[in-house]
Amino acid sequence: MSFSVTEPAKGTKWIAGFLVISYACITLVPLLWIIATGFKSPADSIAYPPVVLFEPSVEGYVNLFTERTRATPEMLEAAGPADTWYDEIVRERGTIISGPSRYGERFLNSVIIGFGSTLLCMILGTMAAYAFSRFKVPLKDDLLFFILSTRMMPPIAVAIPIFLMFRNLGLNDTHLGMILLYTAVNLSLSVWLLKGFIDEIPIEYEEAALIDGYTRFQAFYKVVLPQAATGIASTAIFCLIFAWNEYAFAVLLTSGTAQTAPPFIPTIIGVSGKDWPAVAAGATIFLVPVMVFTILLRKHLLRGITFGAVRK
Amino acid sequence: MAQIRIENVRKDFGSFNAVKSSTFTIEDGEFFMLLGPSGCGKTTTLRMMAGLELPTSGEIYIDGEEVGQKPASQRDIAFVFQMFALYPHMNVGKNISYPLRCQGLSKAEVTKKVGEIAEILGITDILNTPVGGLSGGDRQRVALGRAIVRDPKAFFMDEPLGALDAEFREHMSEELRALHDRMNATTVYVTHDQLEAMQMGDKIVVMNHGVVEQFGVPQDIYDWPATKFVAQFLGSPAMNFLDFNGMIGSGGNEVRLNDIPLSVPTSIEGTNGAMSLGVRPEHVRLDDTAKYRGRVKATEYLGTTQIVTLETANGDIKARVGSADKVRVGDQTGLSFDPRTITLFDADTGVALRSQANEGVLNYG
Ligand SMILES: Nc1ncnc2c1ncn2[C@@H]1O[C@H](COP(=O)(O)OP(=O)(O)OP(=O)(O)O)[C@@H](O)[C@H]1O
Ligand SMILES: [Mg+2]
Repeated sequence: MSFSVTEPAKGTKWIAGFLVISYACITLVPLLWIIATGFKSPADSIAYPPVVLFEPSVEGYVNLFTERTRATPEMLEAAGPADTWYDEIVRERGTIISGPSRYGERFLNSVIIGFGSTLLCMILGTMAAYAFSRFKVPLKDDLLFFILSTRMMPPIAVAIPIFLMFRNLGLNDTHLGMILLYTAVNLSLSVWLLKGFIDEIPIEYEEAALIDGYTRFQAFYKVVLPQAATGIASTAIFCLIFAWNEYAFAVLLTSGTAQTAPPFIPTIIGVSGKDWPAVAAGATIFLVPVMVFTILLRKHLLRGITFGAVRK
Repeated sequence: MAQIRIENVRKDFGSFNAVKSSTFTIEDGEFFMLLGPSGCGKTTTLRMMAGLELPTSGEIYIDGEEVGQKPASQRDIAFVFQMFALYPHMNVGKNISYPLRCQGLSKAEVTKKVGEIAEILGITDILNTPVGGLSGGDRQRVALGRAIVRDPKAFFMDEPLGALDAEFREHMSEELRALHDRMNATTVYVTHDQLEAMQMGDKIVVMNHGVVEQFGVPQDIYDWPATKFVAQFLGSPAMNFLDFNGMIGSGGNEVRLNDIPLSVPTSIEGTNGAMSLGVRPEHVRLDDTAKYRGRVKATEYLGTTQIVTLETANGDIKARVGSADKVRVGDQTGLSFDPRTITLFDADTGVALRSQANEGVLNYG
């Protein structure tokens, strides 16, 4: 029998595996629930005890993307036979499609605002972090502390001043306003995280580039950026997740043009009774972009979370 | 290729004075060693020459042109860092060609040049591998490749072998010196290893606490140290010092230690007071007829020689004698010193007294 520091014993491995899998199952249940509900009929969706095996239906998705009005049999008669598969689903419920819903627009708003603020945050954050890491900034420590202190209370605590400010600046319910707001909230965390990553990059790389005849800026984007990629990717994921899921500001500051998906999804309920499948469908689609983004950057994220310990 | 001249260069970091008014000249094509203990300002001096740090005052001339306040990119020099600073996101070939790619050379020219360099360094077969998995020696070669590919005016190297293990250092230092002899490029090399400095250097400047203590060819520095610091820093074991109170006049060639006369090289400077007589262990002989006496305290066997530590009236000294000589701890013995090799130091200032033997090689910065 030999013992090893890095190689766990077989029994330990089994226990660890069991714990990880159970934890994954527990956290995945709500997610699976939502995804399943999206494909249930309204009746199944509120059945108790919950139905686990059910006949899948795309009604929720159709309802999500359409506005419908209740129609009398005469009106249905007058409209003629349904000409698309989704028309048919809607008519079975005694309704007809009156137009597309606003979910598409709201989803697009989320994409524009979420990715826009993440991009802006990364550009500003990387440059600020680089400056804090490499240059003699007067009052550097105080500034860094001040930046962090903006996160010492929940952002929503300053909702009222921001609301008033936005109203006076005409930023209420605009994409620009929301992008700026989310960037401002995310920037402090980004600067701190990115500074950590950039501190880890030996300054000799830039000095070597400077000696080789590159300018300071070239050294920054040809040498520092590629090496900070891991840090930038993981920070970007944090920023996107916050901006994507943010609810409170979105409710307060947007209502139409710039409304994002989170405040919109609950409003789906009210159209015709409790349409849980449509809400669940909206939530499911809403999950996709962050999931794809995270999976794309997964490799960086895992290495990034260890804060450079692995990189060397 | 170029001559490099440092004149009254000083560097302050805030209130800390890292380099104090240094002056020395590196001739065209020389392999020049900056030697000194940790924290003495070697790296700072080198970085000022390279333009990575700007001098607080003083001038730096490369090829006759004053470059003290110019950025590194305008000095046309190459720098090899201790940790090599190979770009981890590029493969070997890309790393070597990186300095060329900002010069607007054609792809074919770059490839040709990189091929030549790889040939010289014997790394042709690894051009396409990533730098991550390379051995220390290969990293070193790639770093050198990146330095020489551009044909710069001078090479600056900051402890380039420091990251390698002892065995490999030996090998790489030979390789490095051979490369220099082949290209004859002015090279400034920082090290804290006195053996490395003496083995590889055409000239050495010895620094301590930001002060240039002496510069010159290795043999002169070893034989005729300008200060007690230099005498102790070079050589292993270091030079012996016999402390005594006495006097020597200008033109005198004898000092008296405890009333025993000892011959020394004819002095040019006279002094009166506390002095140290410096003599290297290999110039101490155990000679029973000699008047100056010592008692053997310890012996240390080194193969072909042995180091004998003796207690004398003026402090302990070490002698390097043949390992066949029979020496026993506790023995009383006479000691004689080769009079042509002795340096006298002023004990208070630590500075060597000028004599006809060391005249002309005591170059202080
Ligand atoms: N950027 C800096 N700011 C403040 N002090 C510095 C800076 N760079 C160097 N020093 C100080 O200047 C002194 C000389 O440093 P330098 O790096 O030149 O020493 P060195 O001779 O190269 O030593 P080592 O053998 O340890 O590399 C040290 O005391 C160091 O702490
Ligand atoms: Mg150093």
